[in-house]
Amino acid sequence: MRLVVVGNGMAGSRLVSEVRARDKDTKVTVFGAEAWQPYNRVLLSNVVAGTSSPDQVRLLDPRWYAEHNVTARLGVEVTAIDRDSRTVVAADGTREPYDVLVLATGSEPIVPPIPGVERATAFRTLDDCERIRRAAESARSAVVVGGGLLGVEAARGLAGRGVSVTLLHLAGHLMERQLDEEAGLILGETLGALGVAIRTGVTVSAIGERHVELAGGEPVEADMVVLACGVRPVVGLARDAGLEVERGIVVDDELRTDDPSIFAIGECAQHAGRVYGLVAPGWEQASVVADLVTGTDKGARYRGSRLVTRLKAKSVELAAMGETQLTDDEAEIVRFSHRHKGTYRKLVIRDDRLVGAILLGETSAVGTLTQLFDRGGPLPGDRTGLLFPDLAGAAAVADSPVRMPDSARVCQCNNVTKGQIRACWESGARNVEAVAAATRATTGCGSCRDAVEGIVGWLCEQEGVSA
Amino acid sequence: MVKPPVSTIGDMPISPHASAPVMSQVHVGAATHCPYCALQCGMYVANGEITPREDIPANSGGLCQKGWTAAELLESPERLTTPLLHGNPVSWDEALDYVAARIEAIRAEHGPDAVAVFGGGGLTNEKAYQLGKFARVALRTSQIDYNGRFCMSSAAAAVIRAFGMDRGLPFPITDIARAGAILFAGGNVAETMPPFVRHLTAMRSRGGKLVVADPRVTQTAKMADLHLQLTPGTDLALALGLLHIAIADGYADLDYLAARTTGFEEVRTSVSVWWPERVERVTGVPVAHMREAVRILGEAERAMVLTGRGAEQHAKGTDTVTAFVNLALTLGLPGREGSGYGCVTGQGNGQGGREHGQKADQLPGYRKIDDPAAREHVAAVWGIDPADLPGPGRSAYELLDALGTPRGPRALLLFGSNPVVSAPRAGHVTSRLDALDLLVVSDFVLSETAAMADVVLPTTQWAEEAGTMTNLEGRVLLRRQAAAPPPGARSDLEILRGLAERLGCGEKFSADPRTVFDELRRASAGGLADYSGITYERIAAETGVFWPCPDNGGDPHPGTPRPFLDRFATPDGRARMVPVDHRLPAEDVDEEFPLYLTSGRVLAHYQSGAQTRRIRPLTQASSEVFVELHPHLAERLGVSSGDRVRVRSRRGAAEAVARVTASIRPDTVFMPFHWEGVNLLTNPALDPMSRMPEFKVCAAAVERCDDRERAA
Repeated sequence: MRLVVVGNGMAGSRLVSEVRARDKDTKVTVFGAEAWQPYNRVLLSNVVAGTSSPDQVRLLDPRWYAEHNVTARLGVEVTAIDRDSRTVVAADGTREPYDVLVLATGSEPIVPPIPGVERATAFRTLDDCERIRRAAESARSAVVVGGGLLGVEAARGLAGRGVSVTLLHLAGHLMERQLDEEAGLILGETLGALGVAIRTGVTVSAIGERHVELAGGEPVEADMVVLACGVRPVVGLARDAGLEVERGIVVDDELRTDDPSIFAIGECAQHAGRVYGLVAPGWEQASVVADLVTGTDKGARYRGSRLVTRLKAKSVELAAMGETQLTDDEAEIVRFSHRHKGTYRKLVIRDDRLVGAILLGETSAVGTLTQLFDRGGPLPGDRTGLLFPDLAGAAAVADSPVRMPDSARVCQCNNVTKGQIRACWESGARNVEAVAAATRATTGCGSCRDAVEGIVGWLCEQEGVSA
Repeated sequence: MVKPPVSTIGDMPISPHASAPVMSQVHVGAATHCPYCALQCGMYVANGEITPREDIPANSGGLCQKGWTAAELLESPERLTTPLLHGNPVSWDEALDYVAARIEAIRAEHGPDAVAVFGGGGLTNEKAYQLGKFARVALRTSQIDYNGRFCMSSAAAAVIRAFGMDRGLPFPITDIARAGAILFAGGNVAETMPPFVRHLTAMRSRGGKLVVADPRVTQTAKMADLHLQLTPGTDLALALGLLHIAIADGYADLDYLAARTTGFEEVRTSVSVWWPERVERVTGVPVAHMREAVRILGEAERAMVLTGRGAEQHAKGTDTVTAFVNLALTLGLPGREGSGYGCVTGQGNGQGGREHGQKADQLPGYRKIDDPAAREHVAAVWGIDPADLPGPGRSAYELLDALGTPRGPRALLLFGSNPVVSAPRAGHVTSRLDALDLLVVSDFVLSETAAMADVVLPTTQWAEEAGTMTNLEGRVLLRRQAAAPPPGARSDLEILRGLAERLGCGEKFSADPRTVFDELRRASAGGLADYSGITYERIAAETGVFWPCPDNGGDPHPGTPRPFLDRFATPDGRARMVPVDHRLPAEDVDEEFPLYLTSGRVLAHYQSGAQTRRIRPLTQASSEVFVELHPHLAERLGVSSGDRVRVRSRRGAAEAVARVTASIRPDTVFMPFHWEGVNLLTNPALDPMSRMPEFKVCAAAVERCDDRERAA
């Protein structure tokens, strides 16, 4: 079988390695428009922030392709699909026949049609990161246009580099797709404290040499401008080939387009009306397609993904998942807001299942909540423990010798109870050594020594009091 | 009546040590070691009285309740003293004649591989060595393996791959107290080897930090400065996430990596896909906690990464340990004085037991059985033609699984193990044992497995015989004889010689431990685990000797407390970093079996409980099998502490008493494995490299016992 993959980003490269992990024989050719080896787009914000180096974002070593017998055509764009002859045509004129074609063309940044927009840098590729990093070295001020996930991460990263940043956002609050209004507000205040000025409900009308102009004429100082205005699926190749395209390339539960020999995965694909902009769904899709095309699991199907968004920004803890905007009329809402401290916690519950959550400022519950959300398991009747995991089970720690019942086991290693220590004291033992000799308490791991000392001391004290 | 301590160790001095044990009394007795775990606490035994030794660094005067009460089994009424043939007492001659005749017959009909041997990680070095030799020389079978496969094999495979040599802790245990930080993945020493905690406490009292990764809030996790309470079966993802963070946050020791390792580039690329937020979703461990763990490790001047069975007993255990080793290497720890990676061995002689040939693919000295030079050396010591040495055989679970099948062994000789309780998918293993033509069990009590045997051979136990043990540090220790065996019991070495005599090669099998040890020294000479420079006298004089310790002829070799300081035991002297990837448990949770089941030990018991369940203070401390449930789960099931519940998996069901505790994750239940029960449920999916079964995670369901009866 000849498999051709168009796109060597997160989804395409994942598919190639998933296929190779299942099957050594399929002939695999992958086209990538960027000359770079595939890299991990998730980490690009870290590259801008300087917390990951560019050489840490590589997904596959250059040697990998040769070692795994995969033909990689990197820096070569595919310009057409000839469905009749089952061939893709590359920009360099070469033609590559396929039995199965997988489109993983990803998405491209939306560049708003504003005068001067060519002066701005979209934030999408590793090259963009490099440009932003270089600009930040000399810039004193920066504007980030777009207060979604990526814009917030870019703004935080630039502020961390000592640049004075203003984040401009069209909607009424930040990350409105993931956050309710209050969470968006608190996030803005948190960023404000880290040196990012937030302007919401604003439109950019022009980008000048050293400033950005808002609708209404107000200028905002900007030595550099970063665009994070969202992305749109790259569907031209599919559309030109006559495949069904709406917002993305329309696929079924097998990730198949309306041409059964062509699949689409990742950010270019539209499944059940949804186009995903995160990595996890693309990887789940890659796994299903790998199962199907290698015959490993012919029953593999993609049923949609649950989305968990984690902000990667230093000193800003944020997790959001599922349907966070439902109201009390539509769902059971549990909420704790502590704006002064910059923390906000919200659970959205339906039919005793967690369907959405926001954790801002404090995320120690994130592991538990993510897993409850992912698995759709039933929730405990007491919801507060979910919001405040550190409070659950915090009782019964550091019992004082006074409150401890006689049956409490003081020495785990030698199974000695407080009652036995008391009995030992009553028959004359007045220090730890004497108790140890009689009961073996403290002779194992030794960590109950303080407790035994405390009990003996307390009993001696009681004796003094009663005498 | 005062019985004098007994010694069979020639003219070696057995003076009681002058240093005062914990309870400042004067103790007289044989200076020996505890019968249980790999810490091998030093103790004096005299007249059934036990006192701890101060001169052994591992416990330095401490003992847990198991150690204190170990002597009770010496006088136990349940002690076996007469061989049993089909349940009836017979003489030793009758029993051994019968076994030898059946072996001859089965071998004649089905070939040498129809007779199998199963050993244990609690056997002394002398017995482990002799068992391997007996299988290959007297039985000429390739079919020998041991329960250490269920214990240490994943760590062993991973560190051989990384360092070229497998010594659990490649540093003295006393280094722990000097560390600035320790990450301990999947170990609960506060229950499994309590005196180990003294070293951790000493470390913490000097300002060192302890990080514990465990799905349960164990006694050990409670001591930790930071606890990573991960989802069962996700240790590998956690290790990859920590490694990702270590690199991203600038803790990679690039000079060390360049000088002492190969493969870092590939490993770095491979962890690019395990960014912290992704790992958080898989493991349930918050990113902030992972970052803090790495910071603690990365900023310490001396740091250690340790693993235990919790991380290792998985169908991906080898790769999990590899990932933790890669983390340690990235931080520049292994082979640096006071730092390192270590595996905390479990069974009493888990270390020595895996070095001297009771493993399917090994010969003494940690040699490989398919290495022609190794075969030649060992065959010369044994006085046989290398061509007559069998090749590698089946691994432990595969061996048990094959018993009584058309192509599998028809007879099994079993020493120091109780697979009816301890093997995964134990119900199936029991049916395989049932299908044998001949099952011979050597034990000192009628264990669940012995109860099934055609022939039971009553053997001596720890204090009644001498021998060496190699503890978790790789320190070879001497167990002195401290009591006379009961009339009727024979040592395993005597049993093997008795059988060898009947099989026509008795002259090759000494029953004297010291003679066997001297032969082991020659057989191990030149191997990775070289014991040739170690003698009983040196062990006694030095309270233990670290292997490798070659016989230099003239000046005695000092032994090797820290083997990797100058180079690793690989051909180029560098540690090999190998990229690994996380994958799901062999059996994940689903609607029918929605809970993770994990298993482990409790303080009062040891392994299958054959010993400790026969000691009253220990059964008083912990009397029956229980299952830990989180309050949320208990609420949903309508279960309270003390209720009887049934735990089911695809392989079986077991009843247990519910113990409701917030110390376990709501999606997980825990059962101790000292009773028949949890291993009826566990998954025998095997690690492709180590052949370790997936003891630590499978999918299960829990219900109240009365629910099911009502439904039925």
